[in-house]
Parts: sequence; C-alpha cells; structure tokens
Amino acid sequence: MAPRITGDDVRHVAKLARLRIDDAEVDQFAGQLAAILDHAADIEALDIDDVPPTSHPVPFDNVLRADESGPCLDRDEVLAQAPHVEDGRFRVPRILDEAQ
Amino acid sequence: MSWETVIGLEVHCELSTRTKLFCSCPNEFGAAPNTNVCPVCLGLPGSLPVLNERVVEFALRLGEALEFEVPAESIFARKNYFYPDMPKDYQVSQYEQPILVNGRLEVDGTAVGIHRAHLEEDTGKTAHISPTGRIHDAEYSLVDYNRAGVPLMEIVSEPEIRSSEQARSYVQELRATLEALGVSDVKMEEGSLRIDANVSLRPDGASEFGTKVEVKNMNSLRSLGRALDYEVERQRGLLEAGEAVVQETRHWDEGDGRTKGMRSKEEAFDYRYFPEPDLVPVRPTAEWRDRVRATMPELPAARRARLIAEWEIREDDARTLLASPEKIGLAEAAVALGAPAKRVANIVINTPDVSALSAGHLAELVALEGDGTISKTVSKQVLDKVLAGEGSPREIVEREGLANESDEGELASAVDAVVAGHPDEVAAYREGDEGKRKKIRGFLMGQLMKQTQGKADPQTLNRLLDDRLP
Amino acid sequence: MSERAFDIAAAVRAGERSARSVVDEHLAQVARVDGDVHAFLHVLGDEARAAADEIDRRVAAGEDPGPLAGVPVALKDNMCTRGIPTTCSSRILEGWRPPYDATVVDRIRAAGGIPIGKTNLDEFAMGSSTENSAFGATRNPWALDRVPGGSSGGSAAAVAAGMAPLGIGSDTGGSIRQPASLCGVVGVKPTYGRVSRYGLIAFASSLDQIGPFAGDVRDAALLLESIWGPDARDSTSIPTAPDPLVQEIDRGVEGLRVGVVGELTDVEGIDPEVRSAVEDAARLLEKAGATVDRASVPSTTYGLSAYYLIAPAEASSNLARYDGVRYGLRVDGPDVEGMNAATRAAGFGAEVKRRIMLGTYALSAGYYDAYYGKAQKVRTLIIDDFARAYERFDVLLSPTSPTTAFPIGAKTDDPLTMYLCDVCTIPVNLTGACAVSIPSGLDATGLPIGIQVMAPALGEAPMFRAAKALEDGFAFAATPALAGGAS
Ligand SMILES: [Mg+2]
Ligand SMILES: [Zn+2]
Repeated sequence: MAPRITGDDVRHVAKLARLRIDDAEVDQFAGQLAAILDHAADIEALDIDDVPPTSHPVPFDNVLRADESGPCLDRDEVLAQAPHVEDGRFRVPRILDEAQ
Repeated sequence: MSWETVIGLEVHCELSTRTKLFCSCPNEFGAAPNTNVCPVCLGLPGSLPVLNERVVEFALRLGEALEFEVPAESIFARKNYFYPDMPKDYQVSQYEQPILVNGRLEVDGTAVGIHRAHLEEDTGKTAHISPTGRIHDAEYSLVDYNRAGVPLMEIVSEPEIRSSEQARSYVQELRATLEALGVSDVKMEEGSLRIDANVSLRPDGASEFGTKVEVKNMNSLRSLGRALDYEVERQRGLLEAGEAVVQETRHWDEGDGRTKGMRSKEEAFDYRYFPEPDLVPVRPTAEWRDRVRATMPELPAARRARLIAEWEIREDDARTLLASPEKIGLAEAAVALGAPAKRVANIVINTPDVSALSAGHLAELVALEGDGTISKTVSKQVLDKVLAGEGSPREIVEREGLANESDEGELASAVDAVVAGHPDEVAAYREGDEGKRKKIRGFLMGQLMKQTQGKADPQTLNRLLDDRLP
Repeated sequence: MSERAFDIAAAVRAGERSARSVVDEHLAQVARVDGDVHAFLHVLGDEARAAADEIDRRVAAGEDPGPLAGVPVALKDNMCTRGIPTTCSSRILEGWRPPYDATVVDRIRAAGGIPIGKTNLDEFAMGSSTENSAFGATRNPWALDRVPGGSSGGSAAAVAAGMAPLGIGSDTGGSIRQPASLCGVVGVKPTYGRVSRYGLIAFASSLDQIGPFAGDVRDAALLLESIWGPDARDSTSIPTAPDPLVQEIDRGVEGLRVGVVGELTDVEGIDPEVRSAVEDAARLLEKAGATVDRASVPSTTYGLSAYYLIAPAEASSNLARYDGVRYGLRVDGPDVEGMNAATRAAGFGAEVKRRIMLGTYALSAGYYDAYYGKAQKVRTLIIDDFARAYERFDVLLSPTSPTTAFPIGAKTDDPLTMYLCDVCTIPVNLTGACAVSIPSGLDATGLPIGIQVMAPALGEAPMFRAAKALEDGFAFAATPALAGGAS
C-alpha cells in the first residue's frame, strides 16, 4: 500500500505553511501525520454525506457594529515591536512573486 | 477564422464607509503611514473582527440597484496565503456564500449578467524600494497597513462581455451606479476601483470557452481598453499561428503597452478557504431590505431617462452631464432655482470648467437672457467674466452697460441705415431663392449686431428687419 | 489548601485586611516555591504591589473596589496584557509586549482583581502537559516529577501551590479541566461565547474558551461571574447577560437528573481508581437528592478524530501571522518568503509545527472534504447526540482525565498518546457547551483525581449546583505539601 503521506506531500504542505524543514523533519512529519490520520480513519469511514457541517458552535447571526470611528494605536508603540522599521513603515526583504 | 472575444470583469471597489470593515479605524486615503491602525486591522494576536453594519447596507443597496438575489445567509471565509501586506496572512473574504448573487447591469441596451458580489478586506500597501523603482530590482519593501481592513466589494461579471468597448462601458456604468448609490468614491487612479479581466477567444459560433488569461493592473478606463485590445490581439496571434493560449495571470505594463506573464507558484492557488470562525453569519432580514429599498437614490439609467424627458436634451448630452458629478450637480441646482433646464444644460455642457460657477449665478444669467436683458452673445461674455470672478451676472451687465438697447427708435434707425447702406444685397434678397434669402438675411443681421455691439435684442432686430425687407 | 478568594475579597472590602499584604504574601509564596514548580513565565511584582496599593487607597476612601478586591490572579500567558510580555510560551513571540489588554484582563481589574503574573503553557496552548513550552516545563505541585497537565498547566499549578487564589486558563480541548484535574483544583470551561475571547491569542477559534481556576467551586463561580458577559469586541460573544452565579451554587441537587456517560467513562486506558471515583460521584449526587442513570452519547467516540482535524486546521490559519514582519522573532532570509520560512522554523516548537502541518494538510485542495469537512459533520453528530442526552438529563458525569498526573517525559515521544489525554474533555468543546472539573480525592500514590460535570450550553447554573454538591460530598481538603506556606 502506498504510504498515506509521502515526502513530497510533506514538502508541499511545508511550503504552503511557510515552514522551512530539513530532510529529517520530512521523514518525521510523514510518519507522524500518517499516524494521526490513521487514527482519524474512523471518521473517514463514516457515511454522513447528508449531515450538515457545524462551523460555529453559536447559533446567532448579524453581529454588527455601527460605522463609528474609534481610537487607533500609537504608531511608536506599534513600531517599537517590529523587527525592522524604516520611515514609519515595516521593512521586509524583497518580494519575489510579482511581475517578471 | 474569425474569433469571438469573451471577457469577464472582476471589479474591486473600496467602499466609502467612515470606518474599516472589521474595526473602528478611519477609512481614509492619504494619512501618515501606519497611523490608522489598531489591533484588529494589524492582525495582532488575540484581536477579533466585528462587522461594520454600513458595509452590509451598502451591499444591499447594490443588490437593489443591480437586481441581485440576496441569499438568506451569507458567511465570511478565510483565504489563506502569505503576503507581507496582509497582516494575518489570510484575507477575510466570502467564498461559497457571498452576500449577492445573480445580478445584471444594463450596458448600452444589453444586459450583462453579474455572477456574484462579495465583501472582503483590503490589504496594506507595499512600497518597493529599488534603484530603478521597479519591483524586480527591489532591494527591500516597506509596508503601510493604513489600507489594511478597508472594506472592498468584489463584483464578478459573467463572461458575457464581447469587446473592449463594451468592457469600458460596463465599468463606466458600474462606476456611475456605485457613485449614485453613495457607496464608493470610484476613483480608479487612487485605487478605490480596481479591475481584473478574464480574457479568452473562441471561434465564432463555438459554445465552449477558450483558455482564459487573467489581466491585472489596469489603473484607468483608458488602460483597461488598451490592455484588453492588446491581450485580445496577442491571443488572436497565438491562435492563428496554431499555438495554445496558456492559462496564466498577466500584468498590464502601461509604459510598455503590453501584458506580461507573472511568475506563478505551484501553491499559489491553494487558498485553503474555510469558514471564518471569528464571525457569525449575516442574514439580511426583510425589514432591513425594506429599509434599504425605501432609501434608494435615483440610479444612472433612470436619471438619464428623466433628463432626456424632462429637460428635453439629447441622450449624449445627458451622458456628458452625468459623467461629471460637478456639472450635473450645478445644473440640477440651477434648475431647482427655477432656471429653464434645457438652456442650463446647454451652458453647463459647453463650459469646460464650471468650478467657479455657482448655481445662483448660472440661474441669474439664464434669467437675464430670458427676460431679454441680454442676448446670447452678450451672455457668453458675461459668463466669461463671472468665471473670472468679476462678480454676479447682474453686476457685470450693469457695471459694463451690456444690457440690450431697449429704445426701439434707435434700433429702427440702425436697421434703416444698414438697409440703405447695402442696396445690392437688398436687391439680391428680393430676387433670390430660399437659400439665398437666408444667407443675405444672416449677413444683414451680422452687420446689425456689429453696429449695436451685440447689445440689441435679436428678436426685435428680426422684426424690424422683416418690416423693411421685401 | 491556600486561602479562598471569597474570604480575601470580603476582608479587603471590609478594610480588615490590606490588598498589599495579600499580594506580598502571595509574591513571597511564588518566591518560595516557583523555582521548583515553574508555573510563572513572568511575575508582576511591582505592578501587583502598585495595583494593591490602589485598591487599599480606594477602600480607605470608602469606595468598593469590587468582588475580587485585592485577590491575586494568575493569567495564562496567552492573554494579552498591555506593555507586559505575552509569549504563548513560544520563541516566536519572545519579548512581544502587546499594545492592548484582553477583555478578560480589563474585567479582572475592573472587579478589583490583581494580575500577579503570566503563567506557563504548552506553546500556543497545544498540549496536555505544559512540557511543550519554549521556556521549560511546569511541574505538578503534588509531585515535582509529574506533569501538571496542560495546556494551562501554569495557572493550575499556581493555584494548587498557593501562589494565587485564582487563575485564568483557556480550554480548547480540555486545557483548563485536565490540568485542574491533575493539580487537584476546580477548573471551568464555560459555554462557548460566555467569556470574551478578545485578547486571547487564538489556537482554534471555534473551540477556544477562557475560564477560571480556583481552590473551590464558589471561588470558581466568583471569578467566572466577574469575567463573563457580552463583549462588543467579540462577534461570537453571547449577547445576553448571564444571571448571577454565586447565589446559585448552594441550591442543591434535589430532583436534578444526572447521567453518567458510558462512552466517556469506559475509555481505553482508564485508571480503575478514576473509574471508581466517577461511581462515587454518582452515588454522592444520588444521596444529595439527584436522580442518577447511565447516559449514552455514542458519537463522542469520534470526538478525538474530529478535534485533531478541526483544531489544527484553524490553528494553521491562526498562526500564519507569525511571519517575522510586524512583531516577535525574525530570522533573516534572502527574500520575504525565505525570511518567513526561516522565522517560523526557528520560532515554533515541534508540536506547533506538527499541528500547523496537519491542519494545512487537512484544508488543502483535494483533502478538505475528506478531513476538515468530514470533521465538521461529525461535530454536528456529536451536538445532536448530546442534545438527545440532555432531553433526559440536566447534567452529565465522566472522568476529566483517564489517568492522574503522569511523569514528565512519559508521553513526549508519541503525539498520539498525548492526544488521548483529552478524550473525555474534547467532546464538550466540539459542542460549545460547558463543563467543570472538580477534585474528588487522591489516588493510592497521592495524586489528585478529577470528575467532570457537563451541562448543555448556558447550563452553568445547574452545573455549578452539581459541582458544589460533589465538593461537599467528597470533602476533599488536602493540599500539596509545598502549598502550606501561603496563608
Ligand atoms: Mg478578491
Ligand atoms: Zn483598525
């Protein structure tokens, strides 16, 4: 039987999750995730197509606030927590994924 | 082979609420970087969103205007992907259950279907710092989160647009509608209206769609038209050369006048949407929708029809007026003061810049024309002086003695003199056919206007001339 | 055991005792025992003393500082405190000082309570032993070689060791009740939406709920009453104000219908002493006037599987924001993606990474329906099953944890066995209902056993009445030896 989770699966998921992982971790995660998913096989097997999903444990709706402005944070207090700041803004390394 | 163009448009429109979508920070353009931020729109750990009521109301207004269905329940979902201008590294948007579905927009007599409209939060703004100013040369980037969390409505048309001209008309009409509804500033240049287009070609008569390309980064109506024309031609070239169109996202480069492919990442499309657990469903009640219905403003198409019927102006004049909030506002205000609409519309349409003209002055000017105090020729001079800030029309007319000559005796002798001074013309008039007579009469009127420096009332002059011409 | 918050607040409000002396005594106990226990990540010595002085000034001025007047409260370090380090026991948030206070912190202060420190937890509340902390494990005050449970092990241990009369925890799958059970204190998971989550750093948003730790049932009610109620900053906060709770607890259980949930009692690996404690609990309630029968909630057996898909999925999204851009750790990289990935690799511990990976997988294209979607349907089944059970019963009983405190290190190599610690508590989170763990006594090795009392959503009043009746019946009065110093 093919393994439930392959090394390529793990690498793909790590990329989606923005986690740098090494080869040892790839193997480790493949085994551990497979074990957890094997445990979840009991619900995979359930035939419950007609059951509606529950995403909120609370039954209410239309929780809204009036369109009235309130206080903002002090910029210095916010930027004091940032790893790298320039010119009142958050500085980040170059971004690669736009137009060529 | 001939090809049919298939275009679908996704319009992102910033809503002009006072505050952001999920927090009470001001929704304003141009504040100092990172000053309109709070724990919620900065996505700080522990913060939670609370939905702005007015955003839903704005959506319901659009729903009324574009005949959308309003599903009983809509929910928010998280769209997960990493980008530094997104403080939570997910965007709260709507996915499977949007607020509006199945709308339509009348564009030049054709209905374009609108698949859906949904609410979502805007991102922050990233400035790419590079020696050349281009992103691919950037050394680093700076992020300002003032725009993060500003409410957006994404309006997704059906692929029912068949040309770049129709696409422009669609956007123009949608823009006018959003503006009339008071839900958006619709400034493309400031980014409050952003347009992505899905473009494909198929052989004429085919029912299957061709491979579509998403075109982004068009910052004006003009660039939308140029980008679509370019992309349609690019695809036509590929197809006619027997090559395949690749499904991809392309960026419009205004400077180069070309669309360019973007690097795509294999995981870029796996957004892992799931229902946003921090928000509860929105269920617009009947009372809520009734309330919105009762306060709907007049929509562009209805307004246009009203102007054509009531003001007795042409459709293109109505469109010209409505294209400028300033002009239509001025004209309506002057009409409200009792000025004749048709003449008001005519003056406003023919005045390039009306910013210095008040409705009161405009109405006064039209009234001076109407009661015969000034002629249209003088009226134009008076208008120029009003625009130059020299006073009210009445003040200018009085100060500069521009009122019509009202002494009919004086006018009569001027007419006598002109008739006497041009015997050949008068003779030719007697002999001439309809066209000739008209021409000569025009010439004589011109001479009279010259003599009276335009101050004579043309009606009186005409009557006096009639008496003297055979 | 150490002093009750109820008595402290009464004495402080009456001007019989200074808040400052209360705080000083508890800080002294922290100094005495926390080197061994390691319940606190950050002790708020100066801040707590200043707050106490302010309470004393107000009492002297004839004001009433509120129902928690002068009572020290230990805060789990996933509650935001303005200007005070808030780490979630993670390297990725090390040194972060939030620019705002959580609603629960505001409310504790408004009631006269005094935050005395930030307590240890499993990183981002993911764990059942408080061993997954980047800043070292917390030890069980009853036996220092054992875990206190988790993830709110720091707050549970702080209360058990007499370092604070009250503690605040968060419970996503049992993170208040299980450590309360292992530490011999009372721990409450209120109805989802009863206590505002604003300022609670999210683990799994549809499951997380803040609740109290206390030395007895009345203190737990007192703290819960001080922190619950509607909050306009949390869309999932229940909009109706709850009825007062403290006055309810002594009403007894005459006529209360009590069910013992078979599926949560006959679980794999249950300790026989724990099992017999549940039977004792049923008998005590019956003796006090309740009717007792066996209850069945069949689909709870799927609870663990559903939970370990839903919670990691939500967590994978909630924890995306730790990307090195705005706050916390940054590890440089050649580009922004590299920086994000390096930061997250260095900043998160193994269990957090595991759950992010699992949750990302469960939501990813092609797997959503099989995993996350399916788990949400199971959630519906469990809700429906409980609803049927609550047609016959007012409250339900089960063990809180299948076992008493296990040795440090015993389960760290096998995530699945650790996950099984929460098999009895998880179903309540999936339904959004409420539950409390109260100590019944000690096992043969001297470790506390906990009983779980469950009630439907908004059923806190009958739940507390049953818990109080059990507390009176068990008359559990032992304290760990090292708690003796505080009084
Ligand atoms: Mg969008
Ligand atoms: Zn904000």
